[in-house]
Amino acid sequence: MKSLRKLVDKIKPNFEKGGKLHKLHSTFEAFETFMFVPNTTSKKGVHIHDVIDLKRTMGVVVLALIPALLFGMYNTGYQHFKSIGELANQGLFDLFLYGLWKVLPIVVVSYVSGLAVEFIFAQIRGHQVNEGFLVSGMLIPLVMPVDVPLWMVAISTVFAVVIGKEVFGGTGMNIFNPALLARAFLFFAYPSFMSGDKVWIAEKADAFSGATPLALGAMGEPQVNSTMDMVIGTIPGSVGETSVIAIGIGAIILLLTGIGSWRIMFSALLGGAAMGLLLNTFAVNPFMAIPWWQHLIMGGFAFGIVFMATDPVSGSQTNKGKYIYGFLIGFIAILIRVLNPAYPEGVMLAILFMNTFAPLIDFYVIEANMKKRMKRAKVSTNA
Amino acid sequence: MSDREPLFSPKNRRLITNPLGQDNPITVQVLGICSALAVTVKLKPSVVMALSVVAVMAIANVVISLMRKGIPNRIRIIVQLVVIAALVILVDQVLKAFVYDVSKQLSVFVGLIITNCIIMGRLEAFALANKPWPSLLDGLGNAAGYGMILIIVGFVRELFGAGTLWGYEIIPQSWFVSNGGFYVNNGMMILPPMALITVGIIIWIQRSRNKDLVDIS
Repeated sequence: MKSLRKLVDKIKPNFEKGGKLHKLHSTFEAFETFMFVPNTTSKKGVHIHDVIDLKRTMGVVVLALIPALLFGMYNTGYQHFKSIGELANQGLFDLFLYGLWKVLPIVVVSYVSGLAVEFIFAQIRGHQVNEGFLVSGMLIPLVMPVDVPLWMVAISTVFAVVIGKEVFGGTGMNIFNPALLARAFLFFAYPSFMSGDKVWIAEKADAFSGATPLALGAMGEPQVNSTMDMVIGTIPGSVGETSVIAIGIGAIILLLTGIGSWRIMFSALLGGAAMGLLLNTFAVNPFMAIPWWQHLIMGGFAFGIVFMATDPVSGSQTNKGKYIYGFLIGFIAILIRVLNPAYPEGVMLAILFMNTFAPLIDFYVIEANMKKRMKRAKVSTNA
Repeated sequence: MSDREPLFSPKNRRLITNPLGQDNPITVQVLGICSALAVTVKLKPSVVMALSVVAVMAIANVVISLMRKGIPNRIRIIVQLVVIAALVILVDQVLKAFVYDVSKQLSVFVGLIITNCIIMGRLEAFALANKPWPSLLDGLGNAAGYGMILIIVGFVRELFGAGTLWGYEIIPQSWFVSNGGFYVNNGMMILPPMALITVGIIIWIQRSRNKDLVDIS
């Protein structure tokens, strides 16, 4: 470690102003702060610095995503060999290895294209490279179907980073969750690669139906996947969204470290359950009659509310606002999912929709608070 | 008269060049967005729409400028509308006669030129207070600035949304997935939101090159 520090210190002058490699200073800084916690201290006044800076926060989220990623790789292999009918001949490790070869390229493409854009913009603007993309780059592969062509991953990543983030001024200024934006872009730009029953299983045998439970439900067909399958996650679906258990482990990490907001997760669950119950009550078709609790483990609902809705930048900031924001995400997600067969994945649209409204919710929560306190001030002066 | 201005004095030339760049009706004044989103799916309708607006705007500007001293102030809007509407109907008939297919594609949007805010804006702001010749230049300039953005957006959207330009194939058929290639047209380009984003990107590029346009508020 010490020798690394020495090396970094030795080459540092090259990147400072006047150095011959000054043009690459943002790149250098990004790597330096990635390896070492910056030792900058405030010069004036009293400030308390937490050791948890943005880079560490992002690190924890990536860590929380790892179970879902690993399971996604395993499931990719599982679904592939199941579809060609050779599941019995393969060991667990073979399944995983197959998935690794399928999923890893998506991860690499997403990181390379996204970070390239980040570095270019940081360089042009003279900013530091922000680490916001560390999480987005991991989220993007997890919400993609495994069969998606890599150039589409690259295009949607670039689109999401440029239009979703850099336009607004970079990390922390974005209105929408960049990873979801990438998925939404793919969903609208290349619908045949993002829905239907072909894309969810890598190199699927033609005769095998690879529809997700949600798609089947929307078509009014009976469930082929048991509840247990959906909880464990051995069903077709986007890479990281299938396993409720793996997502649950991530959720626990986020909650224990306090990085994900329990208010949003809890109220989103509540909202989903409420809409599910409502639909159950007025069910006129089999899809509406799906038990409400099953909605919570189907499709991307769990993944969305744990990793996407809790994005601290695009979500609500106030505590009361978080309840409203989360509740409406759950509520609208199930509403879109069940009542609009064209968009089986309502979670994505619901979160993007509520991202738009998060500032408005915050505004009214703060207004209400101000009104309340004004009233209190008046009462106390009168008394 | 000795102090008579030459036809293309620097001031008159600016009437044409300003709307193309730093005073562009779409990207700077943000007018006429609706039609820019609606008709730019393909290049051909965009060009036809641009030409129609050029024709209507130039003539309307001249006509209003000629009538400017006779129009009672209180009913000037309705007079302007009558002039524009008459011209739009003419343009519509010409389109129907000569380019019927495009006219069908543009459908209601030719008629909606009447309500195009750029035209009304220029009549109000310029033609009512200026002589016919500068009014003509102003009309041409603003319509060209509008048309220019329309054509750029139409170009981008047709190229990436359909793989063609002016109906001719640009991206070879053998690239497409259906023929064993890898390429797929971007379905989002055909949807109006992408036109908005394309216009947004043009605005972004323009403002980052010309710092005068950045409003600090």
